[in-house]
Parts: sequence; structure tokens; C-alpha cells
Amino acid sequence: MLAKRIIAALDIKEGRVVKGIKFQNIRDAGDPIELAKRYEEEGIDEIVFLDITASYEKRKILLDLVKRIAEEIYVPFTVGGGIRSVEEIREIIKSGADKVFLNTAAVDNPKLVSEAAKVVGSANLVIAIDAKWNGKFWEVYTHGGRKARGIDAIEWAKEVERLGAGEILLTSMDTDGTQQGFDIPLTKAIVEAVDIPVIASGGAGSPEHFYEAFKIGAEAALAASIFHYGKYTVRELKEYLAKKGVPIRLE
Amino acid sequence: MIAIVDLGIGNLANVRKALGGIITSDSYEIERADKIVLPGVGNFGAVMKRLEPLKETILDAINEGKPFLGICLGMQLLFEWSEESEGKGLEVFKGNVVKFRGVRVPHIGWNQVFPAKECPLFEGIKSGSYFYFVHSYYVNPQDKEVIAAITDYESKGKEVVFPSAVYKDNIFGVQFHPEKSSKNGLKLLENFRRL
Repeated sequence: MLAKRIIAALDIKEGRVVKGIKFQNIRDAGDPIELAKRYEEEGIDEIVFLDITASYEKRKILLDLVKRIAEEIYVPFTVGGGIRSVEEIREIIKSGADKVFLNTAAVDNPKLVSEAAKVVGSANLVIAIDAKWNGKFWEVYTHGGRKARGIDAIEWAKEVERLGAGEILLTSMDTDGTQQGFDIPLTKAIVEAVDIPVIASGGAGSPEHFYEAFKIGAEAALAASIFHYGKYTVRELKEYLAKKGVPIRLE
Repeated sequence: MIAIVDLGIGNLANVRKALGGIITSDSYEIERADKIVLPGVGNFGAVMKRLEPLKETILDAINEGKPFLGICLGMQLLFEWSEESEGKGLEVFKGNVVKFRGVRVPHIGWNQVFPAKECPLFEGIKSGSYFYFVHSYYVNPQDKEVIAAITDYESKGKEVVFPSAVYKDNIFGVQFHPEKSSKNGLKLLENFRRL
């Protein structure tokens, strides 16, 4: 049986992890490789690297980093942030990333989704959707959550599935950063709208929150701070979920 | 020395790091190697075309008894043909490669592998251990004796049990990606390296 996945996210700027991470026994808390290795050791199923480097010229640093990660890490990893073209997608995959994710560029130019799916295959293409309840519907946001787009997230999820997305990384801007739990109504609505796997993101604060997300059909759940600040280790979380009967990879 | 056959697709750096050896597409180097790994992603027919110049070298090595490991598409290429595209595979094993039906494709993620017989690759690895899969096709060996492990893929209320590893004499194939399967994957690669 396929295991439900636990995914850790790392924000990267110019090749370095930006948010302070309070792991013990880490020599360099800014080194993405060292942190990723630590996560792998603890049993993480997948790692997402979000590149927030603003300038396009510095993207070469990202590609070098992707190559280094591919050489050092033995779990699948996904890279995204500011990707705008099929050429960039191809380069990142060629450098060794297992998947790429698109967000703003997909909304600006939905054709990019189908082109990318053709070039790298749906299995390697994740579409990230940032959504926020506006009183009437869950509205899609882009540009790192700064720009409302007037699009219904449920409709957009169906659209990207039709265009060839292999997976949806769904972040609720209402729950993100709260540590009060994933946005269950939003996640449930998207899970029911599409056939492709949905990764729940935003709001994880305790192991129960992951259980809730899996119970309503999320295939994976992503978190950053819960792991970064050592509140729970990946292993503790997985042991909890296994006890609850969730199919989970425990080594 | 292990030759990791490079067909210009995907990054093989961590396979090399785990196994040692060289990444090469040079038939002379493959000939000199004492073990061969054929990783592979992509389309059956397209990859087979790229493999064509090396086909005889690889088959000779297999016939000489050198340990051979096919990973993912590299395993599928051991068979006669695939539903994915026209053209023949390496035809080391009888049987074909078929597409998943009735379940969501690709089969992607961590799934359990249950050994079906004794196989040196799985030494020290517990039955039911998780490995990482990404594929839409799976092998259908004519001789069921070559099946070394099976995996059960369930989705949309349907279930497909497929061979996730094959093994006969010096020839090994795994459908999952050991190089993406953390400790279990490293253990399996180590088992191959030590053959």
C-alpha cells in the first residue's frame, strides 16, 4: 500500500536556507544540504526547496545547489519558486531534481502547465496553489501570496489537472503560520475535486493535524516550522501516525 | 569496477556516490567493468534507441555472468517488448511490459516491497520495506520464477499486484528507485556492490 508522505519545506535564498532553524548538533544551520541530510536521517519522505532568490541572474546558484542536493540526498526532492519557462524547468530536472513546482507562472500562463507536462512528464510536475477564503470562495493568490487573482481555487485545481499537473501543493493562506492545523475544509474541497494527489500545506502545529489531513484524503502533508524548531521530530510524528493506523514509512 | 550506463537522461550522481564506479556511455569502459548498472527514466522505445550502440556489449557482459542491475526502465528493458512503444527490448527475459489499468497512473510514491524468493539484493532488508516508485508500466515475466519481489498498488478502489523486482543468476532488476529510497535503497545498492 502506498504510504502517506511527510514533506519538509526549506526556503532558499542565494543557495542558503533563510529561516533560522534550531536543530541541535547542526554546524551550519544555513546549509541546505546539511539540513536535508538531517531530515532524511529522521525519515522524511520528500523535501521541497522553495527558492526565493529575487534576481534572475542568481538562478545559477540554484542550479548548482540542485546538483549538489541530487548528489547527496537519497529521497525525492522538489524545486520551485519563480520558475517562468519550460527551459528553466528542463534545466532544474536535468540538474537532478525529481519534480518542479510552478505557481505564479502557471496562473499567468496556463499553457505553460501543459507544455511543462509534455517536456518533463506529469509525474514530475507539481502545481502549487495558494488560496484564501474571501467570504464567497477560496481565492487563488500569486506572487508569494501578495496578489489576489479572482480565481476560484477549486476550479483552478480542476484546470491544472486537465492541463497535466501530476500533483497539487495546496497552501492555505488562512491557516499558514498559525500552527492551528491544516485548512481542512479547503483541503477536502480540493481533494474531492481532483483525482491527482493533493499535498496539504499551511498550519501544521501538532501530529494530530497531520492525521486530520490524511483522514480527509490528502496524500501528503507539508510543514516547515514544526520540524525546523524541533517541536516534533519527523520520527515522532510518523510513529504517532502509524499508531493511528495511517500507512506510513517507518524504518 | 561498476559501470553505471549513462544514456544522457537524469542525474546519476547519487547512484555513483552510493555504488562507486564510473558513469559512462563508452562501450570499452562497460566491457572492462565487472558489474553493470542500467538506470533509466523515459520512454521504452526512445531509451532503447539510445542504448542500441551499447546493446551487444551489455548482452555480452550479462552472458559472461557479470552482475547486472536494471533500475526502473532499466529493468523493463530486460524484457522483450513494451506496450509503451514499438521496438524490442534487450530480450534477456521472456515476457513484456504492460501499462497499469484501472488505477491512477503514474504509480508514484513510497510503496512496500515483499520478496517472493531468496534474493541477495534484499539481504538484511525486511519484507514489506518501503521503496520509492515512479512509473506507469510494469513487467510481466513469462517465467514467474524470475519474480524476486512483488508490490501491491491500490487506488480508486482497484488493486494491482505487480513484480517490483526480478532476479535470475547474475541478472537483477528493480522497478523502484533505490537511489531515492533512503536507507533501504542504500542497503540494496550496497548488497549489489558486494556481490
